[in-house]
Amino acid sequence: MSNTITYREAVRLAIREAMEKDERVFLMGEDVGRYGGSYAVSMGLLEIFGPERIIDTPLCESTFTGAGIGAALGGMRPIVEIMTVNFSLLALDQIMNNAATLLHMSGGQFNVPLVIRMATGGGKQLAAQHSHSLEGWYAHIPGLKVLTPATVQDAYDMVKLALADPDPVLIFENALLYNAKGGLDTDAAPLGIGKAKTMRSGKSLTILAYGISVFKALEAAEALSSEGIDAEVIDLRTLRPLDDAAIMASVRKTHRVVIVDEGWKSGSISAEIMARINEQAFFELDAPMARVCSAEVPIPYAAHLEHAALPQSDKIVAAARKVMEDL
Amino acid sequence: MEMDLAKGRYLYRQMLLIRRFEERCVELYSHEKIRGFLHLYIGEEAIAAAIMDALSPEDAVLATYREHGHALARGVHPNRIMAEMYGKEQGCSRGRGGSMHLFDAETRFYGGSAIVAGGLPLAVGMALADKMMKRSRVTVCLFGDGAVAEGEFHESLNLAALWNLPLLFICENNGYGMGTALRFSESETNLARKASAYRIRSEQIDGMDVVAVAGAAEKALKEVRSGNGPFFLECLTYRFRAHSMFDAELYRDKSEVEAWKKKDPLLLLQHRLEEMGLWSHVNVGELEAEIAAVIDGAVEFAENGTLEPISDLETFVYSPEAAQ
Repeated sequence: MSNTITYREAVRLAIREAMEKDERVFLMGEDVGRYGGSYAVSMGLLEIFGPERIIDTPLCESTFTGAGIGAALGGMRPIVEIMTVNFSLLALDQIMNNAATLLHMSGGQFNVPLVIRMATGGGKQLAAQHSHSLEGWYAHIPGLKVLTPATVQDAYDMVKLALADPDPVLIFENALLYNAKGGLDTDAAPLGIGKAKTMRSGKSLTILAYGISVFKALEAAEALSSEGIDAEVIDLRTLRPLDDAAIMASVRKTHRVVIVDEGWKSGSISAEIMARINEQAFFELDAPMARVCSAEVPIPYAAHLEHAALPQSDKIVAAARKVMEDL
Repeated sequence: MEMDLAKGRYLYRQMLLIRRFEERCVELYSHEKIRGFLHLYIGEEAIAAAIMDALSPEDAVLATYREHGHALARGVHPNRIMAEMYGKEQGCSRGRGGSMHLFDAETRFYGGSAIVAGGLPLAVGMALADKMMKRSRVTVCLFGDGAVAEGEFHESLNLAALWNLPLLFICENNGYGMGTALRFSESETNLARKASAYRIRSEQIDGMDVVAVAGAAEKALKEVRSGNGPFFLECLTYRFRAHSMFDAELYRDKSEVEAWKKKDPLLLLQHRLEEMGLWSHVNVGELEAEIAAVIDGAVEFAENGTLEPISDLETFVYSPEAAQ
């Protein structure tokens, strides 16, 4: 069935359908029940499934995330919601030291089929403890999978892909996307974890992006097309594992690269992508690669400063022009 | 708990197995057969022996990095434990875990966690899963007194009580978090009292007395199994050996160690069985010989074990059936 709904509704629908289909699936986190979710994703689910399966937790990120790991070990398929990526740092011990390691430490005996969802990203004037994009950090960790749905279709599909996965999967939902509308086909076979998607085909250069930056990149591509620059835009979709094959195929086609990453530049996923292109397709490049990342500051409150700190389409356009100038 | 010859002999045998197994581990460590950290349980054997005896096979166990005794008493095969210490692929974690990370699906032994208090949230989740699926089994979580200072301890006790979970907390209070005595890290050193702040029924018991631990475990498990929520046992105990093989023990007096050795759990049980007139029937010589054979067998098994090929290095990072 195909219709147009919001990103928020798509996540909610996927959770609802998964819970209807599988009694092992449940949702746990701060204010997911009576409040309806801090971003209203789980609104109404408590009424359908009751407090045994839509579980309001106290403010204890480390322990309710660890409890999700334990429940997964105990045969459940938990979805843990962490309010924002900044708060997930309180649960980093459990994510890193338990979720990501148990399968390996136990010599393959105990896998952890856990889904952790959280809001990420800036742009809502929430300042330096609610606005960061730390998904690149998580992509550093072997044992985890890191998903960054940009479209309504992926917001829906990725919940299901994550639940079907036998290992821990982290889903980063950009908070500015919750109200975004898009088409959803619930019958379409989902594009798998680890597969990038070409959002706009082009010949002049490749723009690699994920999450909300995909739409900024598409906007930039439109602007560039009026200048005769035909940009290809790729939605990475998954930061771990990265779709090296799709990235290199596009590089071989356009020979020029701009990477957009809402994380900070230093030690970022964009740095990792650049390194991989260097390793695998260096001689395909016609110009030095460029990056558009967040400024190296904690995200500020004031609207004009926050806007300046984040990747924007005009910065992507400027970076693309520069990449096109170099011979 | 009914204490008779069979039970007394069994508990003595379990404690002796742990003691002799670890003594052999020390030797093997000095011969560089075992490397990394090696945290010995010697002195604390009564707790593992009694708790594991009180459990059913379907119950789950989560322990810490000082868990050789728990794994042995739970029934993880000594061969597989020793092979793990050797880093061999026949080890219970295929050599991926070592001394601190013994895992065994067959006996529902979930490690082996070396982040202090890191196992408590997992235990909460496992007990939650059992409650949600209406399975009548218990999760037992063992941790030391050091864990009590961690936030996860408090968060976990709160959730376990709030959600009325079938969870037995066992605090093995050996008086030291590595080299820091409890009085330097806790404002309230009666740890059982902390549990009551979360409305968890708790008891402080003599962890050197295997009969006391067995009795308390039986009572606590009965409570948990009857759906009355979690129970907290604080077992007062003492480790006779250093924290790990790298510990010079500058923080405690030799006289303190000697005083505790008078309460050696093996000695205490011997005295109790003597009082009951049962000791002469235990036949320690026979037990020693049987255990020596078990340990010799484990060492031989480990020696003959094979090293996992380097080409398998990156396995067990993701499940094989996962789409990559």
